[in-house]
Amino acid sequence: MAADGTWETVIGLEVHAQILSASKLFSGASAAYGGAPNAQVSAVDAGMPGMLPVINMTCIEQAVRSGLAIDGRINRRSVFDRKNYFYPDLPQGYQISQYKQPLVSDGHIDIELDDGSVKRIRIERLHVEQDAGKSLHDRDPGRSLVDLNRSGVGLMEIVSHPDLASAGEAALYVGALRSILRYAGTCDGNMQEGSLRVDANVSVRRPGEALGIRCEIKNLNSLKFLQRAIDHESRRQVDILEAGGRVVQETRLFDVQRNETRGMRSKEDAQDYRYFPDPDLLPLELDAAWVDAIAASMPELPGARRQRFMSEHGLDAYDAGVLVAERENADYFEEVARGRDSKLAANWVMSELFGRLNHAGIGIAESPVAAAALGGLIDLVADGTISGRMAKDVFAEMFESGDDAASIVEKKGLRQVTDEARIGVMVDDVLAAHVDKVAEYRAGRTKLFGFFVGQVMKASGGRANPKAVNAILRTRLDA
Amino acid sequence: MKFDKDTVARVARLARIATTDEERERLSRELSAILEWIDALSEVDTDGVAPMTSVAAMALKSRGDAVTDGGMAGNITANAPASAGGCFVVPKVVE
Amino acid sequence: MRTATGLTISHARDLLARGELSSRELVEAHLAAMERHRGLNAFITETPERARDLAEASDRRRRNGEAGRLEGIPVAVKDLFCTKDIPTTAGSRILEGFRPFYESTVTANMLREGAVMLGKTNLDEFAMGSSNLTSHHGPVVNPWRAGGDPRTRVPGGSSGGSAAAVAARMAMGATGTDTGGSIRQPAAFTGTVGLKPTYGRCSRWGIIAFASSLDQAGTLTRTVRDAAIMLGAMAGHDPMDSTSADVAVADFEDGLEDGVEGLTIGVPKEYRVDGMPAEIDALWQRGIAWLEDQGASVREVSLPHTGYALPAYYIVAPAEASSNLARYDGVRYGLRCEADDLATMYERTRAAGFGAEVKRRILIGTYVLSEGYFDAYYLKAQRVRTRIAGDFDEAWRSVDALLTPTTPAAAFAADSPPDDPVSMYLNDVFTVPASLAGLPAISVPAGFDAGGLPLGLQVISRAFDEARVLRVARAIERAAAVDPVPEGF
Ligand SMILES: [Mg+2]
Ligand SMILES: [Zn+2]
Repeated sequence: MAADGTWETVIGLEVHAQILSASKLFSGASAAYGGAPNAQVSAVDAGMPGMLPVINMTCIEQAVRSGLAIDGRINRRSVFDRKNYFYPDLPQGYQISQYKQPLVSDGHIDIELDDGSVKRIRIERLHVEQDAGKSLHDRDPGRSLVDLNRSGVGLMEIVSHPDLASAGEAALYVGALRSILRYAGTCDGNMQEGSLRVDANVSVRRPGEALGIRCEIKNLNSLKFLQRAIDHESRRQVDILEAGGRVVQETRLFDVQRNETRGMRSKEDAQDYRYFPDPDLLPLELDAAWVDAIAASMPELPGARRQRFMSEHGLDAYDAGVLVAERENADYFEEVARGRDSKLAANWVMSELFGRLNHAGIGIAESPVAAAALGGLIDLVADGTISGRMAKDVFAEMFESGDDAASIVEKKGLRQVTDEARIGVMVDDVLAAHVDKVAEYRAGRTKLFGFFVGQVMKASGGRANPKAVNAILRTRLDA
Repeated sequence: MKFDKDTVARVARLARIATTDEERERLSRELSAILEWIDALSEVDTDGVAPMTSVAAMALKSRGDAVTDGGMAGNITANAPASAGGCFVVPKVVE
Repeated sequence: MRTATGLTISHARDLLARGELSSRELVEAHLAAMERHRGLNAFITETPERARDLAEASDRRRRNGEAGRLEGIPVAVKDLFCTKDIPTTAGSRILEGFRPFYESTVTANMLREGAVMLGKTNLDEFAMGSSNLTSHHGPVVNPWRAGGDPRTRVPGGSSGGSAAAVAARMAMGATGTDTGGSIRQPAAFTGTVGLKPTYGRCSRWGIIAFASSLDQAGTLTRTVRDAAIMLGAMAGHDPMDSTSADVAVADFEDGLEDGVEGLTIGVPKEYRVDGMPAEIDALWQRGIAWLEDQGASVREVSLPHTGYALPAYYIVAPAEASSNLARYDGVRYGLRCEADDLATMYERTRAAGFGAEVKRRILIGTYVLSEGYFDAYYLKAQRVRTRIAGDFDEAWRSVDALLTPTTPAAAFAADSPPDDPVSMYLNDVFTVPASLAGLPAISVPAGFDAGGLPLGLQVISRAFDEARVLRVARAIERAAAVDPVPEGF
């Protein structure tokens, strides 16, 4: 929108990230995805009479780790509140969340824009809350079905400031956040399964004006939809304003089929959540030493790793960025690069390996070529056992068969011929077989040199060391 | 009338309780009387007094991250007025 | 076996131990009494077959030399405790047909100690009331009548069914829950002993919630010793209740007879409210004299914020209730009034399922939590609550326990209850402060009013010092020497 300069879009995101844990936030039922309807539900998750919540401390530890990963301030005292509203997938009639005193405050994430500049997106808060169950509206014409398997699963709600100016920036931010949480090991980031869901608060304004009326688009579960929804919504608002109308603050849904947003019927009447501290739970007070221990155990995060790839491995910003985006890729690269030429390793991983993985439509976890095996191939080129050209064929073979480079080279007898005597014999045979051409060459048609090289390589089945071939031909022809 | 009929209607809507006009009339009287009586609290000086958060002094209890519950879909829906395919059934919800 | 129903738990325990009585005999006698006095409507659900099975199992255990603290003792359970496979109603229509698949921690503890459950007792709907007139299953009749007055009396509430069952010798003891006086007030109205332990002493897991920060399970018995025995079987830390206290459970019978020699008892002057009936004041003075005669020193203390306890209570309790009762929506259990759209289904179900008093409290609670009112009401009330708790802490610096009347009057006639909600709420004026502070308190029978209706005195002490509460109550019980038995029971 900002493109034409007359309007700018202002976006704030609320990301709901499922905490990676075995059991739910307040019950011992499984937090795993899927499962037969209501098979992963305890009496607590079903809001049965007399049931009480007991907090899963691992979920809090995960949220603290996430808070540290976004450079947030961990609040040693936070409070669980009840957010009261009626909905069939909310069995208790309230969601246990954190309102006035969240677990984490004031974090940030830096995103790199297309022009290479870095933009800091401020994060207002990260709080812990329960997920709701699932209402299935399409299974049955007249009725909705409710499955509570997700009810009570631990979530982190991560709320950004309205610092994002375009759908593109929003996607970069969510991508960076997802990567950080996956590095921290606190969320699997699987958007298809709903482990990461985005609510986008979108408004538009004339440059320099105060913030406009915003609309909240709920439950965007892919980066593609996130961008399409934001683009559509900002265009919709601009159209309204340019037609002299006013935007109504409301909650909207993105209709994937129609590729447009529409108001949510279920959110029509004004909400009054009547937050108050949950009397079934005491305030959550964290011991400083406990928090420090978590801080001390933090893994290297994407930003730092990217810097290290540039300084330590001499990669350029782009390559480093591509390699660190997914932790598994970065780990793979580092294993390949260990004790080898980093740039060469990066090239093999990014061009050859990623190319074939994409083509095969599989992730690096399923790669038939292990990091050690790729390293072995690179070593064979380095010590001259095979030529760089031949290495590509060997890699293809490795990807197909899963065998390691050395055994393929042996099996197929691809070992390079460097022995001068043997090459000399081949050269002499070729020259003997083309006496006429030799005469033309000596008469001045020196461009025939390439022809002789080709013949010798052909005779050697491509295995003769090209440098040696050239040298010997020169001595023989130019003598 | 602190708690006029419109307020009763608004609050009853929030609490999802249907009320008739006569009920709103009666509730408006009763609830207003209760509120006036409650307003005595404003006399108490509570400056710098922290709201009570835990009745008995104790630390928050917690659980380890183990799967110890669930696997009883039958029990979960056993009391449901309406269920189908292991799910609870409610009137069509239009989002 | 008619006389068996007249036994106290402690006496029956001795007879059972000596083999002079079997649990089966004891239980049959109480089942017969339940049948005879069904007119009192003290029970919502009777479980005689289960009671007989439990009794036989208990006698078998005893023959094998095993015996829990309540081995073979027939008890009643307030129908607010979830009991596995047995209908649990909270006295409300909205829980019609609900059968829990789980057993509350407190009743599970009692079963482990050998108790024999006779049935589920009637109560004010969702424990909201002081009369037992708000139950969907009809009012409970107090076995006591005033001399020369044919009108039936209320048993008090909300644990009125439990109190009536114990007073009428249908059960040797019963569980109750106390949020603002729901054990102590009915105990006073029925001439029984009602103990509300410290908040956190008994697990709330499996007890249908009214006001989470106030609800506490306790006992209704005929003697103070019986209260000590029952509490010992009910109490204990529960990892499934985040507010359950991890405090060791002593044998509450220890030191029960130690008396009050050397104790300092406080008499809070703010409890001498205007218009307190002369006979209540006289009862209070008598109680003071009894304790002094037994060697206690009595002094007046001040609890300056007492007058604000009831208003604070009527903000905090309804606020929590409005949220706790949101789960009754016709989706997962209980009553459901069908409709084409969800909102109408919710509104019809809750309109039909909840009674007038419950609706009043849900609406008040919803209002005080709503946008713009939270600070002025809920937060303010919780600050006042801190002040009230502070008053007690101050008192403990100079006294060991407090003595007050339990109620401002004896049981009122069922046909002429206080005519507006607020004056009905005033029933709890003496019991609510200890509830707000989470302190242990007991009501012990201490005499009768002019009409011969029982009256009770209340003893309050420090958090987790139930032993002292019981010890002081026992001293009053000994001196009062009333063995209140309603005529014809
Ligand atoms: Mg949100
Ligand atoms: Zn949320």
